[in-house]
Amino acid sequence: MGKTGDSGVEERPKWDNKIQYLLTCIGFAVGLGNIWRFPYLCQIYGGGAFLIPYLIALVFEGLPLLYLELAIGQRLRMGSIGVWKSISPLLGGVGIASMIVSFLVSIFYNTIIAWVLWYFFHSFQNPLPWSQCPLNDNHTGYDVECEKSTSVNYFWYRQTLNITPDIETSGSLQWWLVICLASAWCVVYICFIKGIESMGKAVYVTATFPYLVLTIFLVRALTLPGATDGLVYLFTPDVSPILKNPQVWLDAATQIFFSLSVAFGGLIAFSSYNSERNNCERDAVLVGVINSATSLYASISIFSILGFKATNAYNSCREDNILDLTNHFELSDQNMTLENYYQWYDYLNSTFPDEVASLPLKSCNLQTFLDQSASGTGLAFIVFTEAVMEMPGSQVWAILFFIMLLSLGLSSMFGNIEGVLTPMHDLKIVPKWIPNEVLTAIICLASFLMSLIFTLGSGNYWVEVFNGYVGSVPLLIIAFFEIIGVIYVYGMKNFSEDIYFMTGSRPNIYWKACWMVISPIMLLAVLIAYVGLQAQKHPTYPTWNPDYELFPQTQVKDYPDWVFAIILLLCIVPVISIPVVALYELICCKIQRSSARAEPSPYCNDGFVVETQEQNNQRF
Amino acid sequence: MLEKILILLCLSSALAEQPCKPDASDGYKVRLSIKTALGDEAYVWNENEMFLFRATLAFAMRSHLNGQEFDVSNIIVCDETPRVTFWFVVTSPLNTSGLVDKGVVEEAIRMSRNRINSAFLLTDKTLEFIGITPTLTAPVNPDTPPWLIVFGVVMGAVGAGIIVVLVSPLVLKKRKKNEETDEDEEETGVKAVENGSTREGVYNMSFSDDERLTQM
Repeated sequence: MGKTGDSGVEERPKWDNKIQYLLTCIGFAVGLGNIWRFPYLCQIYGGGAFLIPYLIALVFEGLPLLYLELAIGQRLRMGSIGVWKSISPLLGGVGIASMIVSFLVSIFYNTIIAWVLWYFFHSFQNPLPWSQCPLNDNHTGYDVECEKSTSVNYFWYRQTLNITPDIETSGSLQWWLVICLASAWCVVYICFIKGIESMGKAVYVTATFPYLVLTIFLVRALTLPGATDGLVYLFTPDVSPILKNPQVWLDAATQIFFSLSVAFGGLIAFSSYNSERNNCERDAVLVGVINSATSLYASISIFSILGFKATNAYNSCREDNILDLTNHFELSDQNMTLENYYQWYDYLNSTFPDEVASLPLKSCNLQTFLDQSASGTGLAFIVFTEAVMEMPGSQVWAILFFIMLLSLGLSSMFGNIEGVLTPMHDLKIVPKWIPNEVLTAIICLASFLMSLIFTLGSGNYWVEVFNGYVGSVPLLIIAFFEIIGVIYVYGMKNFSEDIYFMTGSRPNIYWKACWMVISPIMLLAVLIAYVGLQAQKHPTYPTWNPDYELFPQTQVKDYPDWVFAIILLLCIVPVISIPVVALYELICCKIQRSSARAEPSPYCNDGFVVETQEQNNQRF
Repeated sequence: MLEKILILLCLSSALAEQPCKPDASDGYKVRLSIKTALGDEAYVWNENEMFLFRATLAFAMRSHLNGQEFDVSNIIVCDETPRVTFWFVVTSPLNTSGLVDKGVVEEAIRMSRNRINSAFLLTDKTLEFIGITPTLTAPVNPDTPPWLIVFGVVMGAVGAGIIVVLVSPLVLKKRKKNEETDEDEEETGVKAVENGSTREGVYNMSFSDDERLTQM
């Protein structure tokens, strides 16, 4: 085994069992976006009605792409670069593009994990550090910036990020973020040290733990006052945005697409470690459905808690008013309570309207508090931490929440790193004497050094740049070329035969219709609409500027030109490999291409061909 | 003439009896929120409680100005409301018609604020002296920030894990090599006699693979 193993075909690593494979794919698909992007989209697009475009996008765009990637990975048994080279040498650039995108995404994604680690380390304090404002220098009052905004905002923007007023001011490296980033990369490394052997064991925890925590949060949140208000608010369908605003369809399609993590190359790599006779159709449907179900389940938990938070804010707003009125009119203590607030207010307003008008009363409206929506890091690090503060036993909830975010982020990172490592093995550019562990360490180290950009004062702005532009347009382009490449270059007939070989039945009319017509058209439409919308206005970004007049509102600034150039580079560099490689293959290898084009078919499997050659060499 | 003198006398006596009035320049307004602080266990505010307040304030003045013997009668209270707010002024024990300066009263109250609060089972927020802001408690700043401790624990575990995972296969290899060299020395004696021990020969995969293919 040892001797022929070295000179013959290397044994491809395998999953220990099917559960590992499914959990890894689910973990890759279910990520932070399910928690903090989907509930936000539901909220702004009319609650339950958003599910209609979302499910349509899932059925006609998400599932076909997912099935396609899993099928070709499993059949051709290589990473993304090898797979596309096998299908057609002209399409080799698609694999390279996937690898570059995976690398760029993993760099900024791990920064988010570093932030989660920072909050996790701070959740062990009593009281929670984001619940109090620090005192100013001469101890006469609280810090000015903290007073104007809230303690939670201050902790995020000042004590965590130490953010600069705009992206041009870079600031310096924040040492605490650097060590959190180093620990994040170490955690990723230890899970990846043995390739999928170690990763497959890590996913047992990272893929299942979020569900446990979401359930705990759901049960807890439903016992809190105001949770039902949040749920009612979330799920009350309002069909008008769907009919009037085409942006809904675009957001639903992009949400499904990015949520399923297709076009990263990670899914192809994962399914390449499967045995050949695996029913990938069932796997694809399972992963897609579980991903969407998780989004829904997470939004129920999140919105119960947001409902509780809005109710709390509403009550404290009214209690402030009660205090003002009680003090001004010298009423007996606790005579005016939340229950009889409105009767008292009407009485006082009718008898002493001038005095009531002179008081600085706030208008308290539950709907306004429920409308305060946030997505992304704002939801996790500002809104949710504030909600956790008001729950009894807040340390426990904070720790649970951040461990959940950590598991979600880690399981997605596995897919990203796999999308970088497996193509490197396939490219065979790494000399054989370097063991896998060292290669993984080199990649982790290089990524860590590159992601130090995000620990600068302006790091958050750069994360937003990467998040908005690397993880969007290039992926759409890659996916489009993937589907065109498999269906039209490789051929629908060949692909159907491959699927018949693997699963025992040919794809039915639904899959064929989606692959050949519906999904490419949808992808193209989404791509054009997305680029069109982005190009309409000069891109802007919100900044945290304490010197702004309307502080604590964020000040919206335009991206400077050099940042705009970097954005364009980020969109173009990954996808430029597609035409470059195609041209290279056309020009240089024109002669070789026609004679030695080996199309994989069921009768030509690698094991048989290569082994017989080796056998000949050894017998004689 | 007599009437004028009478009026003057009345006025002066009235003025002398009114050192305490709302918005007095040397007085402070106090606001208590007993029900907010104690809920069901709230006590009723009555004359006795007011006596206790005056006594506590006299105690505060005595503690601050050592030597001057303030008494309950030196604390004059007026303008009580159902909200439980009232104004008070402090007269000096040396000169009953003169009021103690506002600043001195403020310092005395700041010094003994805790004692005054606990006499009434209230806090800084529920026993308010309007105009005297409570000194803010500085947040606790331990010498080693707790987050560094957690970070150290986590990183220690991860680092140890990495080292264990990287080193253990090397250790196993070394052990196997030692075992192999021992067995090889044994085999050289046996080799002439035996033929085809399990270590000899080459395991070829294509043979077993062939079986798989032929089944197709």
